[in-house]
Amino acid sequence: MSHSQATDKLMVELRDLNKWYGEFHVLKNINLEVRQGEKIVICGPSGSGKSTMIRCINHLEEHQKGDIIVNDIPLNEDIKNIEAIRKEVGMVFQHFNLFPHLTVLENCVLAPIWVKKMPRKEAEARAMELLERVKIPDQALKYPGQLSGGQQQRVAIARSLCMNPDVMLFDEPTSALDPEMIKEVLDVMIELANEGMTMLCVTHEMGFAKTVADRVIFMDGGQIVEENEPHEFFNNPQHERTQLFLSQILAH
Amino acid sequence: MKYEIQPTLPPPSSMIGVVGWLRKNLFNGPVNSIATIVVGYFLISFLVPTIQWIFIDSDWVGTSRDACTSGGACWVFISNRLDQFLYGFYPEAEHWRPQLAFIILMGSIAWLVMPQTPRKGLVATLLLVVYPIIAYFLLYGNAFGLNQVETHLWGGLTLTLVLAVVGIVASLPLGILLALGRQSDMPIVKSVCVTFIEIWRGVPLITVLFMASVMLPLFFPEGMSFDKLLRALIGITLFQSAYMAEVIRGGLQAIPKGQYEAADALGLGYWQKMILIIMPQALKLMIPGIVNTFIALFKDTSLVLIIGLFDVLAIGQAANQDPDWIGYSTESYLFVALLFWVFCFSMSRYSQQLEKKLHTGHGNR
Repeated sequence: MSHSQATDKLMVELRDLNKWYGEFHVLKNINLEVRQGEKIVICGPSGSGKSTMIRCINHLEEHQKGDIIVNDIPLNEDIKNIEAIRKEVGMVFQHFNLFPHLTVLENCVLAPIWVKKMPRKEAEARAMELLERVKIPDQALKYPGQLSGGQQQRVAIARSLCMNPDVMLFDEPTSALDPEMIKEVLDVMIELANEGMTMLCVTHEMGFAKTVADRVIFMDGGQIVEENEPHEFFNNPQHERTQLFLSQILAH
Repeated sequence: MKYEIQPTLPPPSSMIGVVGWLRKNLFNGPVNSIATIVVGYFLISFLVPTIQWIFIDSDWVGTSRDACTSGGACWVFISNRLDQFLYGFYPEAEHWRPQLAFIILMGSIAWLVMPQTPRKGLVATLLLVVYPIIAYFLLYGNAFGLNQVETHLWGGLTLTLVLAVVGIVASLPLGILLALGRQSDMPIVKSVCVTFIEIWRGVPLITVLFMASVMLPLFFPEGMSFDKLLRALIGITLFQSAYMAEVIRGGLQAIPKGQYEAADALGLGYWQKMILIIMPQALKLMIPGIVNTFIALFKDTSLVLIIGLFDVLAIGQAANQDPDWIGYSTESYLFVALLFWVFCFSMSRYSQQLEKKLHTGHGNR
């Protein structure tokens, strides 16, 4: 269905990205260009480097070779650039990583107040707006420990959106959820995609990929094996490794 | 079958009352019964004479040892020297000054401990920032028309509290900085902190106090002197901060990596991340360990007697040497032990209360 909302502006650019964990070569010559408004779904077997790759984009992982450029800011050792990139890149984790000692609302306003120096009133109004959008405004004063996994993940999405990011990274956002909660999180992500957010999602939710992705990327052994628009990717995978992977995850 | 509301009956008598309790907890089987009787016998044969000695056969009023005739504890000895136990050699006319300092301290702490009082944050800030200044001028004087009272006159419980409170208040932030330094990615900061912690943890406090009182002055230029109490305070603070650092490091390690990553991903800087996210969670986990260190510190202050400072224990020992009161050292040691116990036990209770409060407050299980 998806007619692309992508513009010509390059939002994320990875050039010959290489990363090692000690002796272990986890990312090998990754090249990827993501344009503004584009939705990329990244899949692959565990250990293929897909999480590591998107975690390099906001420097949660350090890369050793190659270039990362986010919204024209080069990611290098300069802490100013790292901070600038992190302000523009939101991230949602597999295990939510909400701050358990703060309420839902405090989780959401913390970064706008301390990083963007936004007045508390304004930050709270914006946070409530976003909690409304992820459909849990009534939980604003509860602590994360009092919410279900699906609700926590929606709070985590709202918390990232409070910083008005240009790019959102999703690192297996539904893998830690009970089956009946996956849909409520995916619905929020689909809505976000329809609004034109630039998204990079590591996920095995193939239905989500078919609905919103502009491109699906398959990784294995630290490399990008195949890259295609979803219809072609699922119906006509080129590479043998991709075919095997798809047959395994779509078998049932 | 017909449904009828059954009456609510009391439990069988074997379950309730003193007899039920005794049967369930003390005499359920031959082994337990024998154990109960044996332990009970020793308890009674120890407690009865002790209580008799402390409370019943004891003498409480009088002015000299002649008042102690009943053969039990001679509390006259303590009451006659109570001023020394509390204030050391602090001039009698100025006793109101440590008293006032103590009252302000205890009042603010009570304010913080009580659950319903408002403005806890303000009181805590005043206690940490303004109170040390007030306490310094109250105790030391030499300003605002107060006479100067040299620190060598300070003693007894006053001195013990000064050492403990300063040690506690100063070693916690220092310990936090050392723990953060030890976790740092910067090799120089890290090695400095590790070296500092390992050196101070590796030497006994007595050595530290000796160094502070005897060796340190040798390094100062001629004529320059440094208050002995201040030197002891610095020694105790640095020593305890090394222990504190390790307790805090343990708490920091218990915080999941995801918390650091979420803070990083939101763009928080290092100090924002530590102060807003990591420390509040870690400190909650560390309360038992921190209070344990505080209690150890409180009791360790009695070691200053070996460098000639008269804390409450040293005052007790000095009193034992008084020829007029020879033979009553048990009383003075018991009294000193009671004073220490009261303060340490209160800290322990408060920490338990705090843990409980923070637990429900965070609402995460």
